[in-house]
Amino acid sequence: MSDRITGFVVAVLALAFFASASQLEQPFFADPLGPKAFPMVVAGVAMVAAILMIIKPDAEPNWPAFAVLGRIAIATLILVIYAYGLKPLGFLLPTALAAGAVSYQIDPKFSNAAKIGIGLSGGLFVIFKFGLGLSLFALPRWMMG
Amino acid sequence: MDLFANLALGFSVALSPTTLSLAVIGCVLGTIIGALPGLGPANGVAILIPLSFSFDLDATQALVLMTSVYYGAMYGGRISSILLNIPGDEPAMMTTLDGYPMAKKGRAGDALVLSGVASFVGAFLATIGLMLLAPLLARVAFLFGPAEYFALYLLAFCTLGGLGSKNQSKAAIAVCLGLGIAMIGVDNSTGLTRFTGGSLHLFDGIDFLVAIVGLFAVSEVFIFIESHGKDSAIGIKLEKITIPVKDIVNSKWTMLRSSAIGFIAGLLPGAGASLGSFLAYMVEKSVSKDKDSFGTGNPRGVAAPEAGNNAAAGGALVPMLTLGVPGSGTTAVLLALLMTLNITPGPLLFTERPEVVWGLIASLLIANFVLLILNIPLVKVFSRLLQVPAAILLPGVTMISFVGIFSLSGSYFDLLLMIGFGVLGYALRKLSIPTVPVILGILLGGHMEVSLRRAMVLSDGDWTYLFATPISLGLWAAALIGFIAPIFLRSYLTIPKPIKEEK
Repeated sequence: MSDRITGFVVAVLALAFFASASQLEQPFFADPLGPKAFPMVVAGVAMVAAILMIIKPDAEPNWPAFAVLGRIAIATLILVIYAYGLKPLGFLLPTALAAGAVSYQIDPKFSNAAKIGIGLSGGLFVIFKFGLGLSLFALPRWMMG
Repeated sequence: MDLFANLALGFSVALSPTTLSLAVIGCVLGTIIGALPGLGPANGVAILIPLSFSFDLDATQALVLMTSVYYGAMYGGRISSILLNIPGDEPAMMTTLDGYPMAKKGRAGDALVLSGVASFVGAFLATIGLMLLAPLLARVAFLFGPAEYFALYLLAFCTLGGLGSKNQSKAAIAVCLGLGIAMIGVDNSTGLTRFTGGSLHLFDGIDFLVAIVGLFAVSEVFIFIESHGKDSAIGIKLEKITIPVKDIVNSKWTMLRSSAIGFIAGLLPGAGASLGSFLAYMVEKSVSKDKDSFGTGNPRGVAAPEAGNNAAAGGALVPMLTLGVPGSGTTAVLLALLMTLNITPGPLLFTERPEVVWGLIASLLIANFVLLILNIPLVKVFSRLLQVPAAILLPGVTMISFVGIFSLSGSYFDLLLMIGFGVLGYALRKLSIPTVPVILGILLGGHMEVSLRRAMVLSDGDWTYLFATPISLGLWAAALIGFIAPIFLRSYLTIPKPIKEEK
């Protein structure tokens, strides 16, 4: 079933890609092939492969339990928040929280995860800032003055 | 002799204190990366690339650092194969078959030393092969026009997809996905923007480093969350290390044979180290007098795949440097490094930037000896790394990926894109759609389209031009065979099952 769904998704994407390519205007001064032919061929191949996948799917992969997928979703969310927090909040605080949280998703022991978060955040900061000379801010800008 | 003049140039570059120390640092980092479970060579090199830019290295130095990491990771991969029965990277898979049983018999030290020597033989011979063959191939590559390059890219996708996946349609989807992503952004020859959906962030296209780090490193975190660090089993204790002279002498022919096989497998565009170690092992098994002892701890079964995979690692550099077509996931990442450094691999690299090529080759020769020292007397130190729990390692990898990509572009969008590629990579891996062709597609898509369009300009739109020369015809045929033959050979290409752990 997973393969069929994937095949369907790929087919829809390929169709959209094909349509988007065919909308491109062919500039009159362009090369004989132009900007749309290659993407259209790629979309065509993807379409054929997707249809084959729908017709002949493989055995169902081992999807993890719902709870595990939930953990992965949480980890993704943490990373997205981290991506937004890295600049305004400085390096140390978001990194400690994000590293600790990801660590907790892998091995759910709270005190360990907290230690790992703080340790990684401090250790990596020293390596990046003083070892590699990256321009990182330890703390939020407003606290650095 | 040209060769010696070139080598002298190479060593003059490689023996400068900076380059030499970079090679040593690269070897140490590489061995660590290879030994750490769940951090393969492609992964490791990918997360280090953005950081290596902050060092302000020139092209040769950056390349020396990263290829030493690459060689080192190939050596290091065997450590966890032998001690934990978990391959440190994909090509080290075959080493688990005899390495772990040998370790269980109390010969872990012997297996590590033997495989270290085999790795050295394979890598050393392959570097010599690279030295001899690359300039020749570079000369042949001058004959390649756009039509030949188009066929060559196609060949790389077909062999990589054909051999790398159990299902041809999944491999094709992976390639198309990569090619499609490569099309996003401004079309260079007309200035039109394509497939950006009007988003300004996408006008420059998607940076392949973002895709690589996301697909390889970030998706690994999700895989580990799923497995909950369950695989981080306690392995075998390592006793005092002695040198098993008898085993090494006994397997000298094995090592030579396997090095040759591995090197050739590495040369094929798109095939790479996994194929090299696999073929080396299978050939060794079939020529051996007692086939049954393979899989139960036969020292030759340890030497063969290690010589094979390290030789293939060297072999894979040949098409990467001369034609710009990588032979494996890790060489694809190295190609990304070259492209970011504004070096175009290809025949011109050899004539215009000989110091890069020969400096690299000389550094690899030196790196091999460094690695031999690191991997035999010091193997005990590196085997401690196996005890680093996933709960520390993976968050560390994630944070390094974030800072690396952030330092490269400083944009939130790239970080979000990286996370997106991480999720995509996880889904693809669950669906057993290979991720390496996606990377290769993103890397080569632009070049592939450009060569097709140039060919059409040259021929004024005549399609038969693509098949006009014997070289391109041969490449098309090879591509077709590379994609279709694995379907029929699949029953021969199945990897023998490793022994199960008795609980």
